[in-house]
Amino acid sequence: MSAQNVRDAVIIGGNRIPFARAHSAYATAGNQDMLTSTLNGLVARFGLQGQQLGTVAAGAVMKHSKNFNLTRESVLGTPLDPKTPAFDVQMACATGMEAIGSLANKIKLGQIDSAIGGGVDSISDAPIVVTDELRGILMEANRAKTLSQRLKALSKIRPAHLAPQAPGVNEPRTGLSMGEHMAITAHAWGITRAEQDELALASHKNLAAAYDRGFFDDLVTPFKGLSRDNNMRADSTMEKLGKLSPAFGRDLGEDATMTAANSTALTDGASAVLLGSEEWADAHDLPKLANFIDYEEGAVDFVDGAEGLLMAPAYAAARMLKRNNLSFEDFEYLEIHEAFASTVLAQIKAWESEEFCKNKLGLDSSLGTIDRSRLNVNGSSLAAGHPFAATGGRIVASLAKELHGKPGKLGFISVCAAGGQGITAIIEGR
Amino acid sequence: MPKDIYTDFANTGFGRKLTKNLGLPQPARLRRHRPGQALTRGPVVVLGATEAAAALAERMLGWGLDVRRHIGPREKVAAVVACFDSVSTPAQLSEVVLELGSLLKQLMPSGRVITVFRDPTGTRDPAVRAARSAVQGLTRSTAHEMRAGGTANGIVLADSLDASAPGAAGALRFLLSGRSAFVSGQFISVDTVNGALPQDWDQPLRDQVAVVTGAARGIGAAIARVLRRDGASVILVDIPAAGEQLAAVANEVSGTALQLDITAQDAGERILAHAAQHYGRLDIVVHNAGITRDKLLANMDDSRWNSVIAVNIESQLRMNRAFLASELFNSDAHGGSGMGPRIVSLASTSGIAGNRGQTNYAASKAGVMGMVAATSAQMASRHGTINAVAPGFIETEMTAKIPFATREVARRLNSLNQGGLPVDVAETIAFLASPQAGGTSGLTLRVCGQNLVGA
Repeated sequence: MSAQNVRDAVIIGGNRIPFARAHSAYATAGNQDMLTSTLNGLVARFGLQGQQLGTVAAGAVMKHSKNFNLTRESVLGTPLDPKTPAFDVQMACATGMEAIGSLANKIKLGQIDSAIGGGVDSISDAPIVVTDELRGILMEANRAKTLSQRLKALSKIRPAHLAPQAPGVNEPRTGLSMGEHMAITAHAWGITRAEQDELALASHKNLAAAYDRGFFDDLVTPFKGLSRDNNMRADSTMEKLGKLSPAFGRDLGEDATMTAANSTALTDGASAVLLGSEEWADAHDLPKLANFIDYEEGAVDFVDGAEGLLMAPAYAAARMLKRNNLSFEDFEYLEIHEAFASTVLAQIKAWESEEFCKNKLGLDSSLGTIDRSRLNVNGSSLAAGHPFAATGGRIVASLAKELHGKPGKLGFISVCAAGGQGITAIIEGR
Repeated sequence: MPKDIYTDFANTGFGRKLTKNLGLPQPARLRRHRPGQALTRGPVVVLGATEAAAALAERMLGWGLDVRRHIGPREKVAAVVACFDSVSTPAQLSEVVLELGSLLKQLMPSGRVITVFRDPTGTRDPAVRAARSAVQGLTRSTAHEMRAGGTANGIVLADSLDASAPGAAGALRFLLSGRSAFVSGQFISVDTVNGALPQDWDQPLRDQVAVVTGAARGIGAAIARVLRRDGASVILVDIPAAGEQLAAVANEVSGTALQLDITAQDAGERILAHAAQHYGRLDIVVHNAGITRDKLLANMDDSRWNSVIAVNIESQLRMNRAFLASELFNSDAHGGSGMGPRIVSLASTSGIAGNRGQTNYAASKAGVMGMVAATSAQMASRHGTINAVAPGFIETEMTAKIPFATREVARRLNSLNQGGLPVDVAETIAFLASPQAGGTSGLTLRVCGQNLVGA
């Protein structure tokens, strides 16, 4: 599959901590705690103590300014050789995918032989900052040369300036939340409530079944007493899901379809994936689960409503499949990140639509049909939760394990992101 | 680990005086092994003009020990090796026994008495067997009389075994050393000439690959640390829910963590696959994982009974079948050290003596001892060994949950007047896993400070 002149980037394995609903099991853990613990689990699984790796790249969407060197500081808290370099990445919910994809490219080019890519996010420990007004006054006081100038600056502080500012969850350019954006897209594609609830139910059932058969035994390491994702509801039913009131798109009235159950919950968690060249993996007696073949970033113009906020993967996938001369029928498994059930369904409808593929993607025909039995077979974000930057690592490691022992079989990944962005990727079992 | 405040107090100047005057137990600070530590702190006296006395004295001289046949009445003695391997009637014991007795007051703290004799079951002659059995009795009683952290143990040589066999030297060195600090009143039988003495006694497990189940905490974590210290690469297994602690211990010992429920049908195969992928071999298996679900038999329910049996014994039987079917677990065939594979299982003194409220646990642990005895022949076919270790009262998170008064009584009810530490169990396991223990198989060795329970 891989292009000539570059070597394979091999996915060796992964680790994550169980994902926890915001303000639950990890309420007192910060990003650095979670990322360090995740790296420690990965080091322990693969016996990497004392090893100097090529690079570690990870990131967080919600990050304190004091964590400017989050990944490097986390690496220094592990038994990895402290001479292992690290850098932070940020591409909203696609952070983990971007970290892993860019590291795979470095391995392919021979710049590095080994790497860890991943991400972490905490809603429970989100940075809260002071108002712009207060910050302006404090900075002015800082610049003051005399005491009287300083007092004059500080005298401008008013009670209203002291209100804490939580990080914004709305799109800065539209003021709409991601859910409200998705409700518009879901409505435009005519996605039904039943379809969304079915997808959510399948996510919980698939994730629970994977845990029960030990699939995550070598993918997840417990943290703070949690050993499984606490958002998972193995006993969920269509009846229970059907009782929930809409949470987004309420102005659509009867047509509102998006509930708390078919939208992902805010979550804390971290993930990491170990990558290496074939030679490095062999020299260290490490498994080779899959090759990271290719990935593509995409973005759409959502601000004026020309395209849905979370539809960028639809465009990225088209370019990536064309470059690799593939259609959706060529994939053994598909992992489409469940930001919302309707996100997955809208992307699928778009790829299966002759009209969308011709008019929007500039193709001759549709990209093929998507076999639902191959979709998110071990559960996805609706069940596991979605700590923004950690989702990419969760998906890559799980899909690589599922493809291991199936040489040449392909897996497809799609992850949408805030700001109208997204990433798609291809990995190949070995 | 709970703190033994009484032992701390009894080892202060005032505490020593007070406990002596009141006739209270006087637990001593035991001399435990540290890498690079001298094998003994003083001379070793060898008693008896026998084949074993000559062979073992020669061996100890080779280790650079100060070996004496006689010693002045004022000199301190680190250990006495009393050899009875030629006795053919109980009347012949007296000379060596009385000489041993005269030396006991000269023993240093954590002193050692080691008796050496032939296997009583190896003869049909009533007088010979009586003489050999008598050594067992006098050894056990001597162990009860030892003071200041001293221990008394025996080495039982098979009837026709050459006393210069590596297994005899291995057992002697273990019993002399701080590795056997909490072993007293016990017998190590050496049945074959199998095994080899290590080049470096501080790294007897160099190049060996070991798997330890239940390695996330307590005794299992201590076993992983000691095996690593002795040179082995360690695969650490525990249930997925214990993964966070497991990873921490794995990182501490530079091992690999394998999250696995050992009751899974394919647990043995998954351990073998992990060993094959990461190390290309598997030499040592330590079945440490175990659970307790205590309940009087009259109130026993099926989940308590079945879970204990499933985890503590059925899983071991199933995993052993997988290991014994695998060429990976056949280090003798790989060449190299010339050492066969090793299995060491955790039994318990409850399995020997029984314990109120522990029918399920005692059944499983007695089962382990039976399994070990019966698997010995299969291990012998690959020049390997299988043994069990039965801990007595060990200071762990589990025993810390025992109510204070009960715990305080339980930890004093042995000849050393204190609870053992997880490292004491680990040291004995590391010894049985070592190349120098190749002559010993099918044995259950107690690490209990000669606990009064289960004698």
